[in-house]
Amino acid sequence: MASVNIAGREVELDEDGFMVNPDDWTEDCAKYFASGEGINELNDDHWKVIHYLRDYYKQFQIAPMIRKLCKETGCSLKYIYELFPSGPAKGSCKLAGLPKPTGCV
Amino acid sequence: MAFEPVREMKKLNYEELRIYSDAELKNYTEEELKSFKCKYEIPKLDELEKGPWPSFVSDAKQEALRRRKLSDDQILTHRDAVEDLLGQLELSFDEGETHWKHGGIVGVFGYGGGVIGRYSDLAEKYPSIAMFHTIRVNQPASKFYSTDFLKTICDMWEYRGSGLMNLHGSTGDLVLLGTTTEQLEPIFYELGHVLDTDIGGSGSNLRTPACCIGKARCEYACYDTQALCYELTNYYQDELHRPAFPYKFKFKFDGCPNGCVASIARSDMSFIGTWRDDIRIDQDAVKAYIAGDIVPNAGAHKGRDWGKFDIQKEVIDLCPSKCMSLEGDQLVIDNSECVRCMHCINTMPKALKPGVDTGISILLGAKAPILDGAQMATLMIPFMKAEAPYDNIKEFVEKVWEFWMEEGKNRERLGELMQRVTLPKFIETIGLPPAPQMVKAPRSNPYIFWKEEDVKGGWNRDINDYRSRHKR
Ligand code: HEM
Ligand code: SF4
Ligand code: SF4
Repeated sequence: MASVNIAGREVELDEDGFMVNPDDWTEDCAKYFASGEGINELNDDHWKVIHYLRDYYKQFQIAPMIRKLCKETGCSLKYIYELFPSGPAKGSCKLAGLPKPTGCV
Repeated sequence: MAFEPVREMKKLNYEELRIYSDAELKNYTEEELKSFKCKYEIPKLDELEKGPWPSFVSDAKQEALRRRKLSDDQILTHRDAVEDLLGQLELSFDEGETHWKHGGIVGVFGYGGGVIGRYSDLAEKYPSIAMFHTIRVNQPASKFYSTDFLKTICDMWEYRGSGLMNLHGSTGDLVLLGTTTEQLEPIFYELGHVLDTDIGGSGSNLRTPACCIGKARCEYACYDTQALCYELTNYYQDELHRPAFPYKFKFKFDGCPNGCVASIARSDMSFIGTWRDDIRIDQDAVKAYIAGDIVPNAGAHKGRDWGKFDIQKEVIDLCPSKCMSLEGDQLVIDNSECVRCMHCINTMPKALKPGVDTGISILLGAKAPILDGAQMATLMIPFMKAEAPYDNIKEFVEKVWEFWMEEGKNRERLGELMQRVTLPKFIETIGLPPAPQMVKAPRSNPYIFWKEEDVKGGWNRDINDYRSRHKR
């Protein structure tokens, strides 16, 4: 476990760079993670996806299924990969401060 | 017909691509290997060097010794990776517990799968395997290789990984075992740009398809398993690299019911070759089997004396549908009753051959026990032709996916969805007419659902109307 300083606050990360505590998330965290996931600048669509993921997580304590994410944000999977080159799990979930996806990855 | 690749394949020349010289690859002597001591005490693993079977411990020690002797600029990751792995493994043997942390999410840009992240939970003790990620490399159909390809990928992996591999993973991939996060993109670049090879699947997506050896070397093959496997792998690259499904999904291709790639047990969509005309009989060869001039089962049972070949006992009486007989010295098969089990063909391959009107059966839903029990695949399409460009097959694949992607719950395999919605609803949705071949036996319970439109008068009934005829 490592801890990094994001906009003046200490944030704990696991070895894959995911936030250990999703409640510590701020928009600065998303900006901080962006470059590591191949994103130069966060645009409105990035934020739409990030906020959708956070809202869903707050409500259900789980990340939405890909299909649901695409439907609700109106972004095709192809477009999600254009926004987040490392994909919805490693990319957008990390930026949104969600816990690391698990299972038979 | 010779295999025709969809695109020009890159010709690899190891002599141009190699990283190590012969001397560097064989940089130790037999004496050095004999006296090699791993940097940890590994008495339990040492035991596994005894016995006749090829020892993974001995192999790992050879690799560890080679890495010790390579110079610093010849290894980009940790030279001790193999020794640390042996050390941690010995500890796991002692304690009976794994020392890998839970999960791990790493990958390459553009893809959502293909790399399995892994971290040691004893990184201070075994620093060289603090990160030990696995990369799945899509294998060629049926795993035919040239040494140029294998030597090139070995050099690359010695340089950027642990040097350890798994040939192959159960799904089929060539598996590169153990590297660091920083090396993932460079390895991916070299696989693509130098080796002309892509990574395989992992996650909730189409996993790497695999096939039996098929027409390349088997006279039983009823369709070109390699061509279909290669075609669908290419056609569904997007589904393979970018997880979009409720859960994992596997294709496997068997050329005949012998099932050499075990598609019926290990793939959500199982393609099994078959035929619908008559078994071809060479009566002269049948006579030669009866006379003992040809050994049954191509000599598979030579290790023991089973007596003289008895066609009645070993073939005719064992036919599951009892549709064979001898008339004089002529073998007769009632093909309308044959279930194409392969037994007679397997026993007398020189005399019997599958028919010429060949194609595939498609079966769906095999899976391991989690969550609601193990399943083998259920027959969905008794017969379909399998000829390039395979549009009929793709159309079927997409209908199944469309339904499963819409209706499947999070982490619900196709086989579980089929159970949940029931077979009648499932086949109706994917547009298949019910057929007797889809079931082994009709249901024994009477809890039968009817559709309202199939019942005269429908469901809307008035109790008063009923009471006018039946008093309370
Ligand atoms: C909330 C109340 C009740 C529940 C949840 C209930 C539930 C059930 C269930 C699940 C079955 C088995 C159905 C099957 O698998 O075939 C059943 C069968 C049966 N129940 Fe009830 N039951 C209830 C009340 C009653 C009452 C009050 C009576 C009688 C006065 C009754 C008489 C029967 C009979 C005779 C059967 C056998 C029917 C058959 O096998 O076709 N049940 N019930
Ligand atoms: S499954 Fe059938 S066709 Fe394929 S290799 Fe085995 S025996 Fe031959
Ligand atoms: S393939 Fe099987 S069922 Fe058909 S004739 Fe041969 S043994 Fe009998």
